[in-house]
Amino acid sequence: MANDRIALMAHLMRRAGFGATRAELDSLARRPYEEVVEDLVNPERFPELDDKVLARYYPHLMNQDNPGVWNGRWFYRMVNSKRPLQEKMALFWHHVFATGWTKSEHTPTMVQHIEMLRRNGLGNLRTLLVELSRDPAMIYWLDNSENHRDAPNENYGRELLELFSMGIGNYTETDIKNVARAFTGWTFEQPIPLYPFGHYPARFVYRPEDHDDSEKTFLGRRGKFNGEDIVDIIVGQPAAARFISRHIYNFFVADEPQVPAWSITPPQDQAAIDILVESFERSNGDIRSVMRTLFYADFFKETRHQRVKSPTEFIAGTIKLAGDHQYPSLGLVALDSAATVMGQKLMDPPTVEGWHTGKEWIDGGTLTERVNFAVETIKDPAKPGIQALMGRLAGRKKPVTARQLVDACLDHAGPLEVEKATRQALLDVASSGGEIRFETEKARADAQARIVRMLTLIVASREYQFA
Amino acid sequence: MPANGRKKGKDPVLVVIQLSGGNDFMNTVIPFTNGTYHDARPLVRIAEDKALPITDTLAFHPSAAPMRKLFQDGKLAVVQGIGYQNSSRSHFRAMDIMHTCEPNRIATEGWLAKVVRQFDPDGTNPLTAVNFGRGLPRALAAPGVTATSVGDLDNYGLLTPIQLAQQREEDLEVFRRMYTPAVGSGLVMDYLSQTGRDVIKGAEQLKEAPRAYRSTVEYASNPIAKSLRDVARVHTSGLGTRIFYTNHGGYDHHAQEVVTHARLLAELSGAISDFMQDLRDHSASDEVLILVFTEFGRRIKDNGSGTDHGSGGGAFLIGDRVAGGLYSEYPSLEPSQWLNGEDLRHTFDFRGVYGTILDQWLGVDSEPIVGGKFEQLKPFTSTLVA
Repeated sequence: MANDRIALMAHLMRRAGFGATRAELDSLARRPYEEVVEDLVNPERFPELDDKVLARYYPHLMNQDNPGVWNGRWFYRMVNSKRPLQEKMALFWHHVFATGWTKSEHTPTMVQHIEMLRRNGLGNLRTLLVELSRDPAMIYWLDNSENHRDAPNENYGRELLELFSMGIGNYTETDIKNVARAFTGWTFEQPIPLYPFGHYPARFVYRPEDHDDSEKTFLGRRGKFNGEDIVDIIVGQPAAARFISRHIYNFFVADEPQVPAWSITPPQDQAAIDILVESFERSNGDIRSVMRTLFYADFFKETRHQRVKSPTEFIAGTIKLAGDHQYPSLGLVALDSAATVMGQKLMDPPTVEGWHTGKEWIDGGTLTERVNFAVETIKDPAKPGIQALMGRLAGRKKPVTARQLVDACLDHAGPLEVEKATRQALLDVASSGGEIRFETEKARADAQARIVRMLTLIVASREYQFA
Repeated sequence: MPANGRKKGKDPVLVVIQLSGGNDFMNTVIPFTNGTYHDARPLVRIAEDKALPITDTLAFHPSAAPMRKLFQDGKLAVVQGIGYQNSSRSHFRAMDIMHTCEPNRIATEGWLAKVVRQFDPDGTNPLTAVNFGRGLPRALAAPGVTATSVGDLDNYGLLTPIQLAQQREEDLEVFRRMYTPAVGSGLVMDYLSQTGRDVIKGAEQLKEAPRAYRSTVEYASNPIAKSLRDVARVHTSGLGTRIFYTNHGGYDHHAQEVVTHARLLAELSGAISDFMQDLRDHSASDEVLILVFTEFGRRIKDNGSGTDHGSGGGAFLIGDRVAGGLYSEYPSLEPSQWLNGEDLRHTFDFRGVYGTILDQWLGVDSEPIVGGKFEQLKPFTSTLVA
């Protein structure tokens, strides 16, 4: 059924990217699903977004030091990149490897960190974890620069195992100590001094004289392990396959409990996790393969609207719906503030544990912010996304009934499936003004106002909070 | 009587003012006769003849005259040298510790959220705790606890971007219908319904506050004055709010401290003084305690332009039932006593300050909230709880 193809494609694009316009969905749905997935998991097929264009519009957007500006640029990429999965993977790993700006207050190094995630997000987990361990933002965030041969600091070693790769219960305290020793000497340097030049990205440096080269044991193995050896061992562990698969499920399929509960609460869909684990192990930790497996899987295709949108997804998806920000503007920076008051300042997660997701995104304050942001974004009838829907309805050349208005707006905003009460409330609103017509100027103005009102109510609904 | 049936008034109320960025305690309550102070801070020191003395050795910052007045009137307690072991220098981490009382592990339940849970276990009044500012502070966040966060009291609520009042009213009714809990719609959907309806309920009650409020106090035009005026408007409306929270930002003065800190302290102390006057004019000061706190103090030595993150901060307790004066001890300025060779060593655990407020002012058992027994102060002349 054509509508189900659209709905499936919309689901795929919401999960593998930040949504798609109705026109994009129409053209995507004409192609085989598998072909679309291959395009998504092979972002190299498409040109990289030229975000230097931002500088040509507004030099202000090149401000190196302001994380809000960079987050605004990230939103611009999310909605305009031809490589949506690449941006989504960067956001995914940012959730998992939660590294914050607050401690370093060093924006270029954080930007470099996000670029590292973008570059490696679909690569092999081994490469990703090695790059992560060499990443100056991470090294500073978890004190590996304080991890010395003669005075080991366990912070990074512990979180690498607990939060970034395997989860608690799959290693001992001794393992942590040995991992810490293996990463001694992994530090960073600041090639250009802060004063008077300002912030420039730090770079990784390995100091062999500060590295503990003695024998170590880790997960039952013994050797003069260095950091790469530790990562090799981790990636071969069934626990890592399970942990990363559950993260992928939680981010791309349906909300799981918060990560700290994973060691005691089993996954809601063990069979789904098993499919991902199998793919992970067969490909030796190749994330691209796991993502392909995921998007092909029935459990993925069937599990729709089972995740509360993160603020970032909520904002980017709503912008996409309105057709906003196709061109650079200073308004991009306001998106960072919007995300912050909804509880997700990008490049600045609250703790190394990352953001608490799912239901925990929502409280009275954040719900108010979400609803008001969406209404504000959608209420302007001049926006391309509203005009597109207007054109679609006017193009039918027939009066539009209340039912058709509700259906068309729900279709445009998702397609979104809503509960009975929601639908009835919307139908009552739609019925109050009679049929919608387009013949006269006055009728068109009235039509426009009613379409905008219907869409604003839909983006204010509970159902719209779900991805 | 207000809609929620609560009698106006006499439950104890706490107003928390968070100074974000790490207020420089040494330049707020200043050891103005101490040679070490002047030597350590050639740039940001306050000259002896400019400071506003409160004792032979301590003085308020020249911009904090209204605060000194409150002190002299016996309504302001200075809690000196607040901190905890291994004070964090990260704004985020330090603030998190102040909000959760968990210095050694990452926690997500706020200390005040736990109080809300006790005051209103069934979540019947979404206004039990009200934050002024956008985004809920972690101190007020915990699963299952409702707290209201108000960015702009005069334009608060859902669907505010809809400008036509009548259409907004109608759309709010649609919103209420869309957020009707239904059998079998799932836990998260139900939670969303509840939250959405709470926001509407809270907003409807809050709408009354600006309408009923009349005052002769003219607050200054700055964010903290605006926030405290909002607190006064809601408090005097008798909506049953027990905890108010607001934030005064900008205290992270690594640079340009001399100018910035003076402006902030002038704003803060002016706003508090106006607020107290406003409450008294409404016979509504008796039940209010103000806590002013920050996440950490700053380094003893200045850096040539400002001061870097340090430890050993201070707090203020202000109110008509407060026994004004100095509490705990000023951290030693003796260089041999400096923490890590550069910081003030704390003399009083911040959890003891919270404990004092919880047990003695709010009548809530502090131990499970602050995670243990900590030495407390006796800063009240009388309280409303037994």
